[in-house]
Amino acid sequence: MKILYTDVLVVGGGLAGLRMAIAARRRGHEAVILSLVPPKRSHSAAAQGGMQASLANVIQGQGDNEDVHFEDTVRGSDWGADQAVVRMFVHTAPKAVRELAAWGVPWSRVRRGDREVVINGERVTVTERDGAHGLVAQRQFGGTKKWRTCYVSDGTGHAMLYTVSDQAIAADIPVHERMEAIALIHDAGRCHGAVVRNLVTGELTAYVAKATAIATGGAGRLYRVTTNAVICEGMGQAIALDTGVAALGNMEAVQFHPTGIFPAGILVTEGCRGDGGLLLDGDGHRFMPDYEPEKRELASRDVVSRRMEQHIAAGRGAHSRFGEHLWLDITLLGRAHIEHNLREVQEICRNFLGIDPVREPIPVRPAQHYTMGGIRTDHTGECPTLKGLFAAGEVACWDMHGFNRLGGNSVAETVVAGMIVGEAIADFCDRTANDAVVSTGLARDFLGREQARLDDLLKGGGRENANTLKAAMQNVMTDKVGIFRHGEALAAAVEELQQLVERSRHLGVAYKAPGANPELVVAYRLQLMLRLALCTAAGALARTESRGAHYRDDYPRRDDGEWLKRTLARWPDPTAALPTLDYEALDIGAMELPPGWRGYGARDHMEHPAAEGRRARIEQVKRDLAGADRFAVQEALMPFRHLLPERYRGPNERLDEGTA
Amino acid sequence: MTAPNARRPRQLRIEVLRHNPADAASVPRLQGYELTEAPGMTLFIALNEIRETQDPSLQFDFVCRAGICGSCGMLINGRPGLACRTLIQDMDPHIRLAPLPVFELIGDLSVDTGKWMRAVGERLEAWLHGAAGADVDRMEAPMDPDLADAIYELDRCIECGCCVAACGSAQMREDFVGAVGLNRIARFRLDPRDGRDDGDFYELIGDDQGVFGCMTLLGCQDVCPKDLPLQTQIAFLRRHMARRGFGGG
Repeated sequence: MKILYTDVLVVGGGLAGLRMAIAARRRGHEAVILSLVPPKRSHSAAAQGGMQASLANVIQGQGDNEDVHFEDTVRGSDWGADQAVVRMFVHTAPKAVRELAAWGVPWSRVRRGDREVVINGERVTVTERDGAHGLVAQRQFGGTKKWRTCYVSDGTGHAMLYTVSDQAIAADIPVHERMEAIALIHDAGRCHGAVVRNLVTGELTAYVAKATAIATGGAGRLYRVTTNAVICEGMGQAIALDTGVAALGNMEAVQFHPTGIFPAGILVTEGCRGDGGLLLDGDGHRFMPDYEPEKRELASRDVVSRRMEQHIAAGRGAHSRFGEHLWLDITLLGRAHIEHNLREVQEICRNFLGIDPVREPIPVRPAQHYTMGGIRTDHTGECPTLKGLFAAGEVACWDMHGFNRLGGNSVAETVVAGMIVGEAIADFCDRTANDAVVSTGLARDFLGREQARLDDLLKGGGRENANTLKAAMQNVMTDKVGIFRHGEALAAAVEELQQLVERSRHLGVAYKAPGANPELVVAYRLQLMLRLALCTAAGALARTESRGAHYRDDYPRRDDGEWLKRTLARWPDPTAALPTLDYEALDIGAMELPPGWRGYGARDHMEHPAAEGRRARIEQVKRDLAGADRFAVQEALMPFRHLLPERYRGPNERLDEGTA
Repeated sequence: MTAPNARRPRQLRIEVLRHNPADAASVPRLQGYELTEAPGMTLFIALNEIRETQDPSLQFDFVCRAGICGSCGMLINGRPGLACRTLIQDMDPHIRLAPLPVFELIGDLSVDTGKWMRAVGERLEAWLHGAAGADVDRMEAPMDPDLADAIYELDRCIECGCCVAACGSAQMREDFVGAVGLNRIARFRLDPRDGRDDGDFYELIGDDQGVFGCMTLLGCQDVCPKDLPLQTQIAFLRRHMARRGFGGG
């Protein structure tokens, strides 16, 4: 039996995992990172367009601050987010950009003087201030009032990931590559580490740790068409669910990105539209202003994706041998802009479509993009029901995105949550009461259980094929749990997924090698992925309203009276056919921004009975504090600073706002 | 979109150089697979189809499948390249694939670039020096916009290993840091936030394992999927390191 001990076991080598490990290491704790792939190949690298942080350096961002970022994010979430966590996030995001600037990220910078930009299809000249020259620049993204998205050309995630990964190397943090956590070791509500499979040799090792931090990203591969990398299969959420103790929050909240290239689903950044690109239909007509006069192409992603599919369903799509799609036109931005700020987009178009976006429009259609739901944590990133288990980034439901995430807020979350949760993990490890006290018997039990599961796949004589079942699951999810949802289709999806779960108990693997065995990997992951798919489908079926990316055409209105709450899915009985669903109410009385109209999309939501009272209370507080600064007003409405690690509580300096 | 293909779909023959070092009985061999071409088919799609329908034991690595992450470098008809973004419609229907040389073979088309890159990163101390102690509450230090762009130009490397696989020096001496390593040094040398000077960089690359090991064959630049200016950077570094080596500033 092989057991390895460390202070902090980080599962996942993307931005969130690396940043947590660095935080723990700097506080004097040993950390080991597990990664399926070399960490610089993580899906964080695919974030193209940028990271939101209210630096307010560019002239179109003047007046931006934490308050504006907060409101945009809460509206974007369709009031599903935890507002205290959003506050923690928007307050720390500028610090994250500045830390990364000091660590070496080559952020694109402001250039003083006049420059031409495209806004709402028109070329206009903006003049950048002398004082902003050389500071980190921002571009426009969807669902934001100000230009807030800091960027490195359109390789933002890549540049961030390389910088943070390099700093992890500098801090001498070991990364165990091609290693996969296949189960969490736990007992009596305490997580002790993970059973880890070596993807090359097949060997199982028990990693025992004081704190276990999951940062494995999203679960896009539950769907047939996704922008996600092939490794984004939701294993972090799945092994947490498998404990029967940890809960997954809001798994029905799945984002579809408007501009996946058609038909491959590879992402082209929202920066295309942020920088002025337009969506055109089969007739070359710009259709978004017809539906969304306020924000047009730059409404939130859930709204734009729905409008696109609605337009295609109305017969207005472009036709190709692969089916219907729409066009993303960035030709109006000009060659110089595209070759400078959208070069990855140009490369992708050339390599995968054989077209040059300088001259031709790009065929696009919405594709699965982001998993808002995930391992439910408290504001420190710890699982409330499984002590010592932490999660950060896309895998977590920390819950700053609610039912729709804004573009540029995910790569920002990775580093911000990495900073905040990393400190919480270090605090946790500082406390001697949290020393690892694990019997080798417990580790042996979990190793034995997992080995038996693998042996059963290799030697059990099952006849079902994992690839066939996986494709069936992806089809069910794409066809029945997609952008437009309906009770009957969702009920059918739940039933079909249950049948797939049953069939997955009889999986057989033709190739018997115990070590590197891609077929075995598909098989053991699929059994867990099917449960995630069921959490998504069952949660969507139960939620009889429309909120953010969860749209029910049989319940098209947001229903705050009934559904201002977070879904919690657990799977306590491994033989059960369905997850248990519980709900966690969002406290309207504690909200800084009570539910209302988002500023785009539908206006017909059903009001929560307490909303009016909370709005009146907020107005009263603002009247009482007339003349006080924005920090004092905010503090009176919803205090959050005490929730942050001390080192991140300070105010953020801006060109127009000193810290004194 | 390209025009619909009126021809009958082509039959492809993909030959893979196979070997599993974990299996004592394995002998390196070429194995051929036949499949029907589909519209828009890339090597990513073709290899996955082969694995799902013909040979579950076939090993290869893909992650982003969008030409961004650098996982899928392999020899495609003898030339290093990224398989995910290789469109088969542009190729002869008889395709031969082999793993990248130089790197440790994991199996078939899968090689351990991660271990190699981390080792070079550690040797070259390829991280920004002097990064500690930033006051994250204060405004960031300004940087010339053109300089930031120039640093990003070199930062676009995805460590796919194609330059190393195409490098004559790397074939002959396993301790050569390759264009990928030299490019990283060029990147940090350009960055005013890095506290090191040419004396420090000379200690890291001023020998045959570093910039003087390059034979100027420039296969690296020919195959770089990101079109990095490797030739210019290596020449530039060599000039500065030679000056440093002769005692100049």
